[in-house]
Amino acid sequence: MKPELHWRPATELATGLDAGDLTSVELTEALIRRCDDVEPRIAAFLQRTDELSLESAAAADGRRARGEALTPWDGIPVAYKDIFVTRDVATTAGSRILEGWVPPYDATVVERCSAAGLPMFGKTNLDQFAMGSSTEHSGFHPSRNPWDPARVPGGSSGGSAAVVAAGGVPWAWGTDTGGSVRQPAALCGIVGVKPTYGVVSRYGMVAFASSLDQAGPLTRTVEDAAVLLSTAAGHDPRDSTSVPDGPPNLLEGLGEGIAGKRIGVVKEFGGEGSQPGVRARIDAAYGRLERLGAALEEVSLPSFKHAIPAYYLIAPAEASSNLARYDGVRYGPRHAAPDIVAMNSKTRADLFGAEVKRRIMIGTYALSAGYYDAYYGKAQRVRTLIVEDLKRAYERVDLIVCPTSPTTAFKLGERTEDPLSMYLSDIYTVPVNLAGVPAMSVPCGTSPDDGLPVGLQIIAPVLGERSMFRAAYAFEQDLGWTGSDEGRPSL
Amino acid sequence: MGIDRAAVDYVARLARLALDDDERDRMRAELDAILDHAGRIRALDLDGVEPTLHPLPLLNAGRPDEVAPSLSQAEALCNAPAAEDGRFRVPRIIEDA
Repeated sequence: MKPELHWRPATELATGLDAGDLTSVELTEALIRRCDDVEPRIAAFLQRTDELSLESAAAADGRRARGEALTPWDGIPVAYKDIFVTRDVATTAGSRILEGWVPPYDATVVERCSAAGLPMFGKTNLDQFAMGSSTEHSGFHPSRNPWDPARVPGGSSGGSAAVVAAGGVPWAWGTDTGGSVRQPAALCGIVGVKPTYGVVSRYGMVAFASSLDQAGPLTRTVEDAAVLLSTAAGHDPRDSTSVPDGPPNLLEGLGEGIAGKRIGVVKEFGGEGSQPGVRARIDAAYGRLERLGAALEEVSLPSFKHAIPAYYLIAPAEASSNLARYDGVRYGPRHAAPDIVAMNSKTRADLFGAEVKRRIMIGTYALSAGYYDAYYGKAQRVRTLIVEDLKRAYERVDLIVCPTSPTTAFKLGERTEDPLSMYLSDIYTVPVNLAGVPAMSVPCGTSPDDGLPVGLQIIAPVLGERSMFRAAYAFEQDLGWTGSDEGRPSL
Repeated sequence: MGIDRAAVDYVARLARLALDDDERDRMRAELDAILDHAGRIRALDLDGVEPTLHPLPLLNAGRPDEVAPSLSQAEALCNAPAAEDGRFRVPRIIEDA
């Protein structure tokens, strides 16, 4: 028996649309009903755009009826983390400091998905300005994990992860500066991709740390992630850091398998670093990769232990600079004070959340006179060590694997009092952003300890997306968890 | 080396954050802990290691200098908390002479 409409992956929905078994309006209505049902328990959205998505769906149906479908995915709704600016649809980056802002333009990701016919379903919740690992730092409300609403969905793209995992939409966009797509994907039992830095344009993505930020898809299947990424990827003249190439064709050869591939297991990430239940799943995943014909070998990445310190200097430093633009002058609310410096300072102090202020303070300190070389300069040199460690490893192996997160989803409130403990949960994901390489999280079942999802992270060399997707696909198909009853939360 | 209250006051002023007393106290302790952890890398000997400013070796990303549509003045001003005569309106900046 086919699963209910809202559980079907986009590739299957595309077949249904093409065959005339299904219309985009029917699909969109089914997703709206599903979200009406689950949203009170997961709070994934900051804003739903039902009217707009139904209008776009009707237009897609019209195109298809005339034989003018824009792409096979024309009419399949997508949700956006509320850090992608959307023309005429309010965008907050999860912060009160942008409350009421209605962008006069679209992000490139949004523009390209719209051009492919994907109706915008809504704007999902996040830790404000993507700073956080749980959505608890949202300026509006926390989101919840569909596997257990007492737990966080991860973050910062937690709203996108929660709604995809709950069957609310087949796919959604997130952004990943230190793990913000991969970690929530792991905690919610779905697929999440951080492409090579520059593969997806950052134009219209509210900036957090510009040398680390990268957009990525959150989906239930590897194939859907390949489609959504290909839809928005490729050079954009409006982002001078975007790679010169066109979008990669990730579907071609997706099923080729991983026989003969050399896969590295990170020596420094073994042992006590992860929960026992996570370790059990990850060890089983390594065994599966071997059975699929890959040759596993240990690789040493000694500089990775410096990644968290380097990241928590570089990211806040860049953030403190990027967030200087929120000054109560050009957008967002203004809090009154007699002179301009007092007005800037009061507006910012009142409307930025605690985590954002903390990071602005760290970054400002790390960039201030007398400390620049000791902190920021040193961190940039550590970044070189990480890049070089990976280069050395990739002389011997094609891909590297490790857990995505050292733990399964934690309870709301568990880590908010101790910012450092929240930062340490990014230990497996931040080195990837510092090096600019691609990585993705793919589900590997649930932890035997708590029944919550565990994600396997696959890390590829720069622009190695194709081999990364092939490995993820081979693993997903062999595991058979995705799309099965046990692969869906029973909320 | 710890973060003292004077450092917090100084950085808050640079960052244009009018933090209240409680926030400053909390911030002092949190910054101290975070910078203590992050500052571990200060002890590394990295002489001769070049800094990585950008993850990909893209150089001289150029594009033709062509005029393309951009936001109109009205669009640029439409989200301003205060605007007047086609300009952003702000509190007084210059003192009376």
